[in-house]
Amino acid sequence: MTETAYDEMLAPDGTVRPAYDGYRQWLDAQPPGLLKRKGIEAEAFFRRTGITFNVYGAADAEERLIPFDPVPRIITASQWRKLSRGIEQRVRALNAFLHDLYHRQEIVRAGRLPARLLQGNLAYLPQMAGFTPPGGVYTHIVGIDLVRTGEDDFMVLEDNARTPSGVSYMLENRETMMAMFPELFTRVRVREVSDYPRRLARSLAACAPAAFTGDKPTVAVLTPGIYNSAYFEHAFLADQMGAELVEGSDLKVQGGRVAMRTTQGWQPVDVIYRRVDDDYLDPLSFNADSVLGVAGIMDVYRAGGITIANAPGTGISDDKAIYSFMPEIVEFYTGEKPILPNVPTWRCSEADALAYVLDNLADLVVKEVHGSGGYGMLIGPTSSKKEIAAFSAKLRADPANYIAQPTLSLSTVPIFTRAGLAPRHVDLRPFVLVSPQGIDITPGGLTRVALKKGSLVVNSSQGGGTKDSWVLDD
Amino acid sequence: MLGRSANGTFWLFRYLERAENTARLIEAGFRMALTRDSGAASEEWRSVLITLGLHHAYAARHGEDVTGAQVFNFVLRDRDNPASVLAMIETARTNARAVRTGITREVWEAVNESWMKLREILARPVAETRLRDVLDAVRRQAIQVRGAMEGTMLRNENYYFANIGTFAERADNTARILDVKYYVLLPSLAAVGTSLDNVQWENVLRSVAGERAYRWLNAGQMDPRGIASFLILDERFPRSLAFCYAQLLSNLSLLAREYGFETEAHAIQRAGHERLAGLTIEAIFEQGLHQFIGDFLACNHQLAQQIQRDYRFVE
Repeated sequence: MTETAYDEMLAPDGTVRPAYDGYRQWLDAQPPGLLKRKGIEAEAFFRRTGITFNVYGAADAEERLIPFDPVPRIITASQWRKLSRGIEQRVRALNAFLHDLYHRQEIVRAGRLPARLLQGNLAYLPQMAGFTPPGGVYTHIVGIDLVRTGEDDFMVLEDNARTPSGVSYMLENRETMMAMFPELFTRVRVREVSDYPRRLARSLAACAPAAFTGDKPTVAVLTPGIYNSAYFEHAFLADQMGAELVEGSDLKVQGGRVAMRTTQGWQPVDVIYRRVDDDYLDPLSFNADSVLGVAGIMDVYRAGGITIANAPGTGISDDKAIYSFMPEIVEFYTGEKPILPNVPTWRCSEADALAYVLDNLADLVVKEVHGSGGYGMLIGPTSSKKEIAAFSAKLRADPANYIAQPTLSLSTVPIFTRAGLAPRHVDLRPFVLVSPQGIDITPGGLTRVALKKGSLVVNSSQGGGTKDSWVLDD
Repeated sequence: MLGRSANGTFWLFRYLERAENTARLIEAGFRMALTRDSGAASEEWRSVLITLGLHHAYAARHGEDVTGAQVFNFVLRDRDNPASVLAMIETARTNARAVRTGITREVWEAVNESWMKLREILARPVAETRLRDVLDAVRRQAIQVRGAMEGTMLRNENYYFANIGTFAERADNTARILDVKYYVLLPSLAAVGTSLDNVQWENVLRSVAGERAYRWLNAGQMDPRGIASFLILDERFPRSLAFCYAQLLSNLSLLAREYGFETEAHAIQRAGHERLAGLTIEAIFEQGLHQFIGDFLACNHQLAQQIQRDYRFVE
């Protein structure tokens, strides 16, 4: 795919595209070996600071680093303006959609979304029906995964409305770049990302529940604990926000509130930024075996005693079958045409689509509708005949469990390799905050990069790396 | 501050302190063993194990055979020893991760770096030729964490719990050393004027990094009462029981001031501190050093337990 992919730094004739002008001039003036040396420095820096993640199922339970590539991914101010309009529109639609799903379901009544997508869908939580979260906000934090195939061709690959992760990498990558190449930032003006934690704190505080009285809501980050793969991020965000980092065992329901056990007694929490899945949130309402959540929190929530961010039940919009309806969803709630298109998607639940997908498996990417993290998918072009045959059987057995997409020629950005700069496929996850005051998009986001030549899989759990993502200042 | 975080901070600093003190104890034992015949050297190493409370665990692993390299490898890095220095550093780091938001980035990085370094240098068995470097590294890392803590942490509840953990542990460690060594001190007390085993005396001081300070204060005079008094009652010496208790008093008072209330732990601590302040070395020896230390250790343990209850360390 690499030969035909759109490279974000170099045009086909080898000239440097405008976004990378300043960077390339700087790079060309640097002594050889600089990037290599800085790369080694960066790794030592990450290990010391403890920016690691645990891979589920890895036998040695070692903490690993997500590889960091020192070449930035650069987006111009005008590209970003268009992207952020599209993201804002999509996130607005997502919140309206979630509200509707848990209330009158107008979109189903209007015949624009099949009711079967909700029936029996475990991500749809009946416990949320008829309830409106504080401030009417469902997705306080959203990550919209974008891919690019051409100069102006950005598409949404996935919506992450459940508990998007990776924002700590966005922040640390920038810190690292500024520490490694300070003079670069005086040459190229890049928009700031470092105030994300402050904006997050403000955004969460603005969603305080009805029971909150006082002048500053108590915000806590709920983590499954230090063995969770994203623990570093949970601690990092709590630290940066000045919020408490709590585990389920620190909390209990008391007097209609959720309280945390402090050295001075039980004290109420107003807003919980939870990094625990819906299923584990409340053993009384969901998975009864959960020790990660708080027994009774859902009752407190429904009575206005606590804000849970993101709201339980938002995961329904991450469903890939629902995703395939996002263009209709955007139009239904905003009355506008979607600014950011979806990646073309075949719903295998539909007979025609299934027939097409089965005939063309070798060229398609097939995903489970509830899957994430790059698990349980088929990438046709890089799979063997045997793998395709096996997947085909699974697909036939349960077509509604799958969607298929063309194998996109994702854009490339150079990474630093031993042989010099070499193009690799990337995606982009901008982070979006939603509060009653509006939608706040941090310029840039997290660029994930497939480090293996030709690979299209950017997930960190599958050997992907990250890059600092720049939005240029006007 | 969460009770769980107070617990994590308290134990983070207890483990760091214990790891550092363990290194000092090994260092003193090693030096002592070098100057002795093998029987006496074995005895010396056995007393190191007893001081650390590891003699049973060691016997279960190695039997009755007590040799230097076997002892310090067991104490420093044996996988079968959950109280090894390596295991303590690992536990300290796990606690630091869990209380990451209550410590500064500098403290976290110093702890994390200690773990990375010590894991590396303790990955293979420690030979006698390498022992000094290893012990140096343990001490240096602990000092680095303390430096980061002093230089960067806010003077608030987090800092107080860190100090309370440090000084509760240090008081315990110094008392244990005295307890194991008291038999060295005793005969010379009974027979004033007999020739003292100066090397043994120095060694007690060395294991709490006090030999220079003591000599400087006492012009080289090795006097048993003087040494016991120095380790128990001298508030100027940072590893004496009196110093540790003055620090505990001060940190618990600051905590009470921040919270606006005192707890039962305050009463226990104050009683312990007053007992120390009102004692002379003569009175201690009259009562019996062993008895005194036993009482002190029990009080110190009770204090730590009470702090954990009063501040809701666990549910």
